[in-house]
Amino acid sequence: MNIKEAEEQIMEEFSHFSDWMDRYNYIIELGKSLPVIDPQYKTEQYLISGCQSQVWLHARYEEGKIVFTADSDAIITKGIVNLLIRVLSGQSPEDIINADMKYIDSIGLRDHLSPTRSNGLLAMIKQMKLYAVVFKAREGR
Amino acid sequence: MSYRTEHIRAQFPILQQQVYGQALVYFDNAATTQKPGVVIEALAAYYEKQNANIHRGVHYLSQKATDAFEETRSLVKDFIHAEHRHEIIFTRGTTESINLVASSFRKAFLKPGDEIILSMMEHHSNIVPWQMACETSGAKIRVIPVTESGCLDLDAYRALITDRTRLVAVTHVSNTLGTINPIKEIIATAHQHNIPVLIDGAQAVAHLKVDVQTLGCDFYCFSGHKMYAPMGVGVLYGKEGILNALPPYQGGGEMIKNVSFERTTYNELPFKFEAGTPNVGDVIGLGKAIEWLEQTGIENIAAHEHELLAYATRKLEECGEIRFFGTAPLKAAVISFLISDLHPYDAGTILDRLGIAIRTGNHCTQPLIDHYGIPGTMRASFAAYNTKEEIDRMMEAILKVKQMFA
Repeated sequence: MNIKEAEEQIMEEFSHFSDWMDRYNYIIELGKSLPVIDPQYKTEQYLISGCQSQVWLHARYEEGKIVFTADSDAIITKGIVNLLIRVLSGQSPEDIINADMKYIDSIGLRDHLSPTRSNGLLAMIKQMKLYAVVFKAREGR
Repeated sequence: MSYRTEHIRAQFPILQQQVYGQALVYFDNAATTQKPGVVIEALAAYYEKQNANIHRGVHYLSQKATDAFEETRSLVKDFIHAEHRHEIIFTRGTTESINLVASSFRKAFLKPGDEIILSMMEHHSNIVPWQMACETSGAKIRVIPVTESGCLDLDAYRALITDRTRLVAVTHVSNTLGTINPIKEIIATAHQHNIPVLIDGAQAVAHLKVDVQTLGCDFYCFSGHKMYAPMGVGVLYGKEGILNALPPYQGGGEMIKNVSFERTTYNELPFKFEAGTPNVGDVIGLGKAIEWLEQTGIENIAAHEHELLAYATRKLEECGEIRFFGTAPLKAAVISFLISDLHPYDAGTILDRLGIAIRTGNHCTQPLIDHYGIPGTMRASFAAYNTKEEIDRMMEAILKVKQMFA
């Protein structure tokens, strides 16, 4: 599945929810079902610190694709982390760099990515793109 | 006259609105209070009728603006019962007041090996300016620990005082725990050793009567925006003697007596510390807020808030699974808690969608939050216009949160 398809799938899932509470209940579910990150990566080195909540992000490069795993101490943040991973993990560095992430707006979660929210999510996207830039540069050598 | 909350609420235009289709419950008053109509109108009136640069202006408007500005200085002096008008310095807020003292105090008094005593419950704005002062002077910070219930350990405080202690800086009321500290005792102890004391009064002035002469503090700092006044204005009170001993903070217009390229002499108090054009409109707004507070009666507001605090504490206790942070016997209108192990960001996000504005996180007191070993707290803080019905709505919302994350 490419980025566009993954985004469309998520938007389709969210289109069934008529109110915010259903939406958040689903995000909570996504938070609980996020694949567990290897505990060895839940360290300072992989920590993206927000003022409100924290995110741990690990990336590895496999056959031209980047595989991300992540975790957060807050469930709602973790649910949104799940949505970011579903779209960006397993994609090529080039596609990750070019992803506009606008689907987050259309499923009504833009607030959670505002720079003032300081929950680690915006910094997480930056970090994912940074990994993509680095892996792309290494590949080009 | 009895305290009528609906009469008070009606004076705050912002409280009449809805958020997400529900009446707003505003419990983030420790961050900033809302402003009564009289304060908002005073700002508009100033810009419509009085705006001019103050002091030294010979023209009519400048004179009127100067009078209104200086009238507020008198109001502040009486509000905190300072001895002299020139002991009241207008700043941008508590943060700037503390930075001013830390910067000027360092230049005048701090040497390598000197010590500053702070407490573990200080807001970052009463930690970082001192760290900066220590970095450039070689002085060190000593920290008064906090007991389990959220009180300052006064035995430990006394033990921290040495012949190298140059200043004690503590908060009057903890913004995270609500603890009202025994600052009179803390000040008296320091003064036995001739050590000056700075009090961060940001969380106190709107909730209890402050008398700087009875307290005896050398500096008292507070912000307008946490006491129903506009943002961007605050006060530094300092005793005349120590203010005269400190060098100026910023240079510019207003703070000088004579300027030549060879030698500049500084103005007298309070102007020595008020470089540049001050925030005249907001200072006048602060004056209106003080009048409003005094008409409403700080004692009346305190009694009302105390009732809300007791009610909220009881309701939260009844709710079960609530962990309280800050259970000191003497507290202002702040209640910090967690719902079991639920992350405050999760709970706060849902409460927001239910129209309840509380604050979550470390409340700019990271050392204190780290001390408790938690990611932060949920903090509800009350003001003159809050009601028990609003607390009931918060409790309903907390039940909802518990269901959603069960």
